[in-house]
Amino acid sequence: MSFSPPDPEAACGQPMGAISSALEVAGVSHSYGKRKALIDVSFSVRRASFCVLLGLNGAGKSTLFSLITRLFAVQKGIIRIFGFDVNRAPGEALRRLGVVFQQRTLDLDLTVLQNLSYHAALHGISAQDTKLRAGFVLDQVAMAGRAHDKARDLSGGQMRRVEIARALLHHPHMLLLDEPTVGLDVKARADILKHVRGLVAQESIGVLWATHLIDEIEPGDDVVLLHEGKILDHGNVAEVAARAGAPDIARAFKRVTGIAGEGTPWDQP
Amino acid sequence: MGPAVVAKPQGEGFGLAHYARCFKGIVWREALRFWHQRERFVSALVRPLVWLFIFASGLRSVLGVSIIPPYETYVLYDVYITPGLMAMIALFAGMQSSLSMVYDREMGNMRSLLVSPFPRWFLLTSKLAAGTAVSAAQVYAFLLIAYFWDIEPPSPWGYLSVLPALILAGLMLGALGMLLSSLIKQLENFAGVMNFVIFPMFFASSALYPLWRVRESSPWLAFFSELNPFTHAVELIRFALYEQINFLALAVVLGATIVFLSAAIAAYDPSRGMLKRREGP
Repeated sequence: MSFSPPDPEAACGQPMGAISSALEVAGVSHSYGKRKALIDVSFSVRRASFCVLLGLNGAGKSTLFSLITRLFAVQKGIIRIFGFDVNRAPGEALRRLGVVFQQRTLDLDLTVLQNLSYHAALHGISAQDTKLRAGFVLDQVAMAGRAHDKARDLSGGQMRRVEIARALLHHPHMLLLDEPTVGLDVKARADILKHVRGLVAQESIGVLWATHLIDEIEPGDDVVLLHEGKILDHGNVAEVAARAGAPDIARAFKRVTGIAGEGTPWDQP
Repeated sequence: MGPAVVAKPQGEGFGLAHYARCFKGIVWREALRFWHQRERFVSALVRPLVWLFIFASGLRSVLGVSIIPPYETYVLYDVYITPGLMAMIALFAGMQSSLSMVYDREMGNMRSLLVSPFPRWFLLTSKLAAGTAVSAAQVYAFLLIAYFWDIEPPSPWGYLSVLPALILAGLMLGALGMLLSSLIKQLENFAGVMNFVIFPMFFASSALYPLWRVRESSPWLAFFSELNPFTHAVELIRFALYEQINFLALAVVLGATIVFLSAAIAAYDPSRGMLKRREGP
């Protein structure tokens, strides 16, 4: 994980020659009226890396995702995706981004394939490419056999897999997933996590995985600790744990956030 | 990942073909949604048909409409209210579109649209065009049924000449619906739209009675009816059915469309409008 300091003057929206960051968030603050949701948030996600955005409910993860995807405009600071400023060059930034929101976003009245075709159209992909590509990504998530089923007939885990397939349809370089395993059983969680980790290894996609579930973090991951709208630390799991003087990331998080002690869901399973 | 299936984006912008695909996709999705909700089509037709077959039939012998443009003879009441009922279909279609957008927002589907890399004005305008096409299809279905009730334009060309008016009226009312959808926070609040938008717009217009009659009983109501853009949508359709253009109505409908659409686009802009003030699209 690397950090680039805020540099609003340099935010020209142009791709920088050798861009090391898939995603760069620099000095971002956001408020809802008087309530501050994010305060001077800065971190970056390396290309082809799996980065976990770890925070409790209400930490600001979904707000951050809304800013990265330009559902909200950045009030203060800069967000760049492969060097493209989401405020100044939203089209170029968003076309490099695949997103799985916390809330289900499939159209339940459409079939799986129709949902994918709609997404493809929203990215300007031709019908021929859509057909080829949809078959490929559905196969990747083991949902090719359900292509003609209506989305409402799928289980929660299957919907998530389709949403991941949809997010990959336009060949993004960066994937954002906001609490993608919430509400899923243990096996479905493990399958999705394994698949997304595979994307990083096999297809060099940068992943930002927002979660409050500590057991989704692996030792080699990068991690960003978000608490009450502030970044408490970020870096490799081992580095963050070491800086907190804790033997593992769960206890490191508890220590830096000051949340309750033993017996909380934050204890390692 | 599938090599050479789709080229990775290299930084170049979108071409016309990409825009065309996006537009087609949005229209296709609206058409599919409409097809899946066929009861919507039926209910959209039942409403004006009830007015035509029951309300207008009951009043046709009581109310006569004098010779006013574009009519060159006395017309029966059911002939008079037909353009108003056509506009009513467009009005309800626009509000239905608004309801769908609020529903989409609550269900999360709206996010899929808004994170598209295409400009937001283009996405919203495409959605508006799709809704207008659905609305026009409903109106033609209504005209088909009305034909068997002996209500038809003076010449068959009227069916064609009314199409631009239907498109313009559909765009105006759809844009109004889109603007309202940005202002409505929850689906439950939509009932207010019925009370404060649909009913006043419809009843304070020339849809059911000519303005000169309204003026006789209430000059104030006539004044407000003249300000009501729905009145002008009705008159635009009425004249177009007779292969004529009401230029005042055309100007008002065009102007109102531009105002409503601009306001809706501003409202859906993440740096302005309701999305900025609200905690989620």
